[in-house]
Amino acid sequence: MATMNEAATALAAGRRGLGRDLAGLAVILVLAAIGYLLFPNNLALLTRITAIALLVLSLDLVTGYCGVATLGHAALFGSGAYAAGIAAVHFGITDPLLMVAAGILGGALAGLACGIVILRAHGLPQLVLSIALIHLFHEFANKASSWTGGSDGLAGIAPDPLIGLFAFDLWGRTAYVFGVVLLAIVFVLLRLVVRSPFGMLCRGIKEDPIRIRAMGASPTIALLKMYVISGAVAGAGGALNAVSTQVVALDSLSFTLSAESLVMLVLGGTGSLFGALTGTIVFMFFEDLVSAANPFHWLTMVGALLIAVVLFTPKGLYGTVAAILARRRGAGR
Amino acid sequence: MSAIFEVRNLKRSFGGLAVTNDVSLSMAPGDRVALIGPNGAGKTTFVNLVTGNLKPDAGEVRIGGETVTNVDAIGRVRRGLVRSFQVTRLFQDMTPAEHVALAILQRDGRAGRLFGNFLAMSGVMAEVGSLLGKLGLRDLAHRPVREIAYGQQRLLEIAVALALKPRVLLLDEPAAGVPQSDTGRIEQALADLPDDLAVLMIEHDMDLVFRFAKRVIVLAAGTVIFDGSPADATKDPRVREAYLGSYADAGSAA
Amino acid sequence: MQTIFSIAVDALAYGMVLFVISIGLSVTLGLMRVVNLAHGAFAMIGGYIASYAARDLGLGYGAAVLIAVFGTIVIAIPIERLLYRRIYGQPELTQVLMTIGITFCIIGIANYVFGPTLKTIPLPPSLEGSADLGFRSIAVHRIFAIVCGLAVAGALWFAIEKTAFGVKLRAAVDNAAMAAALGVRTEVVYAVSFAVAVGLAAFGGVVGAELLPVEPYYALRYMVTFLVVVSVGGAGSIPGALAACLLLGGIDTTGRYLMPEFGEFFFYLAVIAIVCVFPRGLAGRMK
Repeated sequence: MATMNEAATALAAGRRGLGRDLAGLAVILVLAAIGYLLFPNNLALLTRITAIALLVLSLDLVTGYCGVATLGHAALFGSGAYAAGIAAVHFGITDPLLMVAAGILGGALAGLACGIVILRAHGLPQLVLSIALIHLFHEFANKASSWTGGSDGLAGIAPDPLIGLFAFDLWGRTAYVFGVVLLAIVFVLLRLVVRSPFGMLCRGIKEDPIRIRAMGASPTIALLKMYVISGAVAGAGGALNAVSTQVVALDSLSFTLSAESLVMLVLGGTGSLFGALTGTIVFMFFEDLVSAANPFHWLTMVGALLIAVVLFTPKGLYGTVAAILARRRGAGR
Repeated sequence: MSAIFEVRNLKRSFGGLAVTNDVSLSMAPGDRVALIGPNGAGKTTFVNLVTGNLKPDAGEVRIGGETVTNVDAIGRVRRGLVRSFQVTRLFQDMTPAEHVALAILQRDGRAGRLFGNFLAMSGVMAEVGSLLGKLGLRDLAHRPVREIAYGQQRLLEIAVALALKPRVLLLDEPAAGVPQSDTGRIEQALADLPDDLAVLMIEHDMDLVFRFAKRVIVLAAGTVIFDGSPADATKDPRVREAYLGSYADAGSAA
Repeated sequence: MQTIFSIAVDALAYGMVLFVISIGLSVTLGLMRVVNLAHGAFAMIGGYIASYAARDLGLGYGAAVLIAVFGTIVIAIPIERLLYRRIYGQPELTQVLMTIGITFCIIGIANYVFGPTLKTIPLPPSLEGSADLGFRSIAVHRIFAIVCGLAVAGALWFAIEKTAFGVKLRAAVDNAAMAAALGVRTEVVYAVSFAVAVGLAAFGGVVGAELLPVEPYYALRYMVTFLVVVSVGGAGSIPGALAACLLLGGIDTTGRYLMPEFGEFFFYLAVIAIVCVFPRGLAGRMK
């Protein structure tokens, strides 16, 4: 009887999670379709949003789920972008899927390197390491200009048609569809990962690493593994950006992008994949509006936005809405 | 019977002060031992040395005959030396079921798996259910820990330790901070611990010690001054002098 | 030999400027436990005010320094009241976000008000030119920066070790709750320390303008430099901060002299190496 009870609860929990995965997937696809219909002339922006969304999801894995504060996460995104770009320009690997694979590999390696360094310290030293790392990556890419094009950016990326059928057109339709599909796949995989035993282990590490050690698990190894996964996700985003814009700019490895991705994550709400997506979409549209109206004030607006989020919605937009809904549901019961 | 857990001539000093000085003890499966001693006797240091959170200056720690002195804390847990904490260390946002499931998966080397929802793993959940049931926590299985009472959190702490299937269990004041009304349930849980498990309990509460332990080790100023039955401990003059001085009157009055 | 001497003098001057700017960050971090990424922004504000006072208003250098220090404190007070107060005792991530938000705002406003170009602060004739030491001449300004650094270190040492305020400050750093229980008005200590920290940052920003040129991205460019001084030197430790500043000043200056192309690259590499070797800071290692 008791065992049946447990099994039923377990089954229900599993089904609930699966339902939310499918709902999330549906929301992504519907939003993508609406975006396509509303902004047919601005697909480049929408594609960039999907690429940055991958970066913010990746940041959520280490910051939201593992509690590592980092201001250098663009290092993983930029490494993926350069890996894909260099593969195309210097090695003639112009198949978009292979380029994304190169980006994933490059991002994962950068994640491993950054993880080894960043996880050595805690608190302020950890933050210092993350900032120093992004500057180091930036300087390195700047100086290795024969490979990266330096401050001019890496140009001349000409991806082949997708699976040999769909050429990357001037309007960016193929790139957009490619981006949305990539984002949808990654999102579903990450939903599975954060609910897996490993995801639970990471939540435990975020709350109390000493407890985790007393269970016989190594927090450092688990966090390093998460960093590699995070790098792969960010690298996919970077590669998508390289494929869709056909250039890799040096600012994909910048401190500003790192800080902005953290702003997007916090705006949406940390520790939730939906929050990461919400934050990215809201922030990117906001950026597009403000910088079109007055590019001079962009940084001031981001700063003010950040202060406002800290003061008024510390849980982020999605987190706040979710909390209100949960309270309603609780009261309704 | 062969020893499952041995400590030999363990020494550790802090700046010239020997906090643990030549401590030895040996436990067989099924032993129920209480480690007691006045404040400052070196119990906390001893626990840290044994669990591998502190390096000894000299001496040896063995689990199941294997020397683990140079094995780190995580490695010792994996070899079957599991501890509970004096102040509960639980994940406030996670449920008891998740705690126990995580411990089970970690024990089986499956906690690093990237896919699979363990709330839906029926084998794991059956074990979670039976363990939580034994400790009377089944009704709370899916509530976040921050919503459950402290006495129940202490029981969960024991459940997590048991889920790791230890060979040696180190209980650091398992009843600390629990209201008097709830200590009965914890004592019951301690009485129900598996028979083949070696249990070393560090405790202040003498009533609990005398009811639980078949053997008492008294630590004072970093050395073992007594190792024997609880009844003999109260009669031992060194123990009375070092520790039970304040309890002697209470003991004779009772 | 000549090069080594030049490097040594520049490194010393640079290290001292770093010290003047970051010591305030170190004290506030030790005292209020706030990871203040906006500290460099206050140094930048000081530089801008001094530049405006000296160039546009035609005031003397001394007056410009004074106006810069007090002007920056006046600007910082409402920011402390309205924003910093809200993040004392908050998680690190919250503090990082708030102070980086403040930094972005200040950069954006500076960019809008003063434009994206470098701002110079004209030196008085007495600080221009170079002093002849017989075998070698040194720019007088470098000597001035070194003297300022030593003076600040000495004054702070005196204030912390020898005055009644210093006793309260040390008590509050050690244990704020205990200090408050003993009758120390910690909020006053906090406010005064914050003002002094900001004032010193502004002072360092003005004195060091020759070495760390004033421009809108100043606050981001040197953010990691100031933070690493504090994280390596240990929060609230004057000797630690001094040692860290000289070390970093030496590395950065040497890199720029010997490998101007890759100077920054090796600087960040050195920062990473230092933090990895001393994850608890120089002082933490000694314990």
